[in-house]
Amino acid sequence: MQAETLTGGFADAPHDAAHAFRAIMEAMARPGTIHRIAGAQPPAPLSVAAGAVLLTLCDPETALHLAGSADTGAVRDWVTFHCGAPLAGRGQAAFALGAWPALLPLGDYAIGTPEYPDRSATLIVEVPVLEASGARLTGPGIATEAALSLPETAAFQANARAFPLGLDFIFTCGDRLAALPRSTRIG
Amino acid sequence: MTEHYNFAYLDEQTKRMIRRALLKALAVPGYQVPFASREMPMPYGWGTGGVQVTAAVLVPEDRLKVIDQGADDTTNAVSIRAFFARTAGVATTEATAEATVIQTRHRIPEVTLREGQILVYQVPIPEPLRFLEPSEVETRRMHALEDYGLMHVKLYEDISRHGHIATAYAYPVRVAGRYVMDPSPIPKFDNPKMEMAAIQLFGAGREQRIYALPPHTPVVSLDFEDHPFEASKADHACGLCGATDSYLDEVIVDDAGGRMFVCSDTDYCGSRQAAGHKGKDAA
Repeated sequence: MQAETLTGGFADAPHDAAHAFRAIMEAMARPGTIHRIAGAQPPAPLSVAAGAVLLTLCDPETALHLAGSADTGAVRDWVTFHCGAPLAGRGQAAFALGAWPALLPLGDYAIGTPEYPDRSATLIVEVPVLEASGARLTGPGIATEAALSLPETAAFQANARAFPLGLDFIFTCGDRLAALPRSTRIG
Repeated sequence: MTEHYNFAYLDEQTKRMIRRALLKALAVPGYQVPFASREMPMPYGWGTGGVQVTAAVLVPEDRLKVIDQGADDTTNAVSIRAFFARTAGVATTEATAEATVIQTRHRIPEVTLREGQILVYQVPIPEPLRFLEPSEVETRRMHALEDYGLMHVKLYEDISRHGHIATAYAYPVRVAGRYVMDPSPIPKFDNPKMEMAAIQLFGAGREQRIYALPPHTPVVSLDFEDHPFEASKADHACGLCGATDSYLDEVIVDDAGGRMFVCSDTDYCGSRQAAGHKGKDAA
């Protein structure tokens, strides 16, 4: 176990988590808007935002899938120490974290059932660029239309067509995040 | 006193569970997400669902307003405001425009809510189909199949019996063309306001359900082409401030059957009176 495993969590968990959650909730309620989030110092290659999302939402009740380059020994130790979230495969995961290509294919994740559409995975996507331009977004949470730099469009369009089933996405880049719920239509 | 409680009373694990439910509720507008409702230091029916949602979204910088049937000065509203002032150390207010989080029992404030505000509803029975179908297994299947014919039959029976749709509060709505949702027992006068710029969160503590409306979500009150939805109110002006656009309570004022109509939203009425508006019963 490295020293960095024990550090980098919220310094003041109740207040830091409250601020972080407000940013995540505003992002999910207003798709396409970009919010700053702070308080976490996770090991590389995780971004500050991805670390803060994990600390805010993950705990022993939520299985987490680490995809591709996010699945390092240091990250596993950090998640285990700070969140206690059990690591799992894609099919069992409530949350999945990684770069976009590593998270694919989306068909492996739980999208909920017709009676319980909430029993679906939330994907935390580490993106190199996050800006309010690119794909055109409409739907709940958006007054007229919004724009967001998505890694691709076809997969998100297919996800939106499955509404009310589907995955929800949180995009993280440095200390900023945006979100794309399944209710948002793309293009 | 705040040092004796965790921030906003609930433990962190509980808040995470509620926060995850809130995110799924926002992602599927109008769908009721089950959550593990906790016992709170107040009885069910006094807003335990709303209190848990408020506790999960509060930040220390928030300014909290709590209303009960529109009023800031009733026992329930005063108690919940004091609860969060003590356990979360947040500032409180009675002014709608100054509040960042508003917890409400059965009303939407008259002042238009804006981006950056959160409206938290206390919900007694979250399932709009419950009085038509007592089985949770059945109502869940009806939502899954979009099988809402029974609700239209209920509204039709209203018309055949009373000549009009007699449902005056908790009037069912269709959210974003998909889920039929109970707007909590707000008067149907408030239904058109639900398409707003603020985030709306609904918490039902005893029934253990959370649901939500993101800003600008289409919310349509169910009706028929020949019996369109009408947002009704008492056909009077407020006796104290003279407002003709606000929802009114009828108040008995003496033993001789005397009565007056006053705004249910005390902050709205108070600010109008402070601005010099006067109704016919004003002193």
